[in-house]
Amino acid sequence: MRVTVNGRPRELPEGTTVAAVVAAVTEAAAGVAVAVNDEVVSRGAWDATTVRDLDRVEVLTAVQGG
Amino acid sequence: MRVTDTTADDPLVIAGETFGSRLIMGTGGAPSMRVLEEALTASGTELTTVAMRRVDPSARGSVLDVLGRCGIRVLPNTAGCFTAGEAVLTAKLAREALGTAWVKLEVIADEHTLLPDPIELVEAAEQLVDDGFTVLPYTNDDPVLARRLEQIGCAAVMPLGSPIGSGLGIRNPHNIELIVERAGVPVILDAGLGTASDAALAMELGCDAVLLATAVTRAQSPATMAAAMRHAVEAGRLARLAGRIPRRRLAQASSPWEGIGTGSDGVTSAE
Repeated sequence: MRVTVNGRPRELPEGTTVAAVVAAVTEAAAGVAVAVNDEVVSRGAWDATTVRDLDRVEVLTAVQGG
Repeated sequence: MRVTDTTADDPLVIAGETFGSRLIMGTGGAPSMRVLEEALTASGTELTTVAMRRVDPSARGSVLDVLGRCGIRVLPNTAGCFTAGEAVLTAKLAREALGTAWVKLEVIADEHTLLPDPIELVEAAEQLVDDGFTVLPYTNDDPVLARRLEQIGCAAVMPLGSPIGSGLGIRNPHNIELIVERAGVPVILDAGLGTASDAALAMELGCDAVLLATAVTRAQSPATMAAAMRHAVEAGRLARLAGRIPRRRLAQASSPWEGIGTGSDGVTSAE
């Protein structure tokens, strides 16, 4: 299935969890948040939440700004 | 009123939280994490903004590490958001990532001016307040809009002095005074400051704090400018508390007229 992760298309197997998507883009354990299709997925739900075909996943963290 | 030390006797209180420093810093624009850390330390700040962006696997070091080492509380912003929907989602992501329900709410109208979009700003503020956020909105220097934001339930109002990063200082001090006079929440002068006298003026006008980034991070010596800002904020605050003299059109002699020993009638000049 095709999932967009931080604006880039990725081919991922069915059943891929949000936790696996996060692990694929960052090693950081803290300070990271995820939205799937503009809805926040809380950290506690990463393992239990799977992404679906055509989902848009955003993995954000804090950077210098403001 | 006895004021001898602004940090000890006169804390800034936002939403029930107390801060010894009235200088809130941003982290954008610093050339390196080392320079940023030096500047934040020199500023004495206790509250500092960060932005939320897509993770960069190649990034070296985190601004969160710097703030953690310095013991500075993190204030996420919604910089770069153009709509209420974008800003609300960004605030929720920040709350999830950083474990804070405080947010510097920014909803800008265009990339050219970076001025707040007041319609989207009010909409986002309403949604976030309803969701339990402590909302600190970056707003225009508009007393009516500032009042609306306070009535919605924002924990502070943060009017701009001039456009973000412009260094133009406070272009409409009269409006800032009007906002201060009517505000029941802290007024934080946010954006446009260029140098220490701008920060002092903000405090003299009655602002409760200032928020700045570029003036320090893009100064030739960020740490030195950060120290200057710290002193300016404290000096301006003390001057505000002291109560400045009224402005007069003509001179008022500070030396007595009586007993001048030159001149036949004893009155020739005074200084």
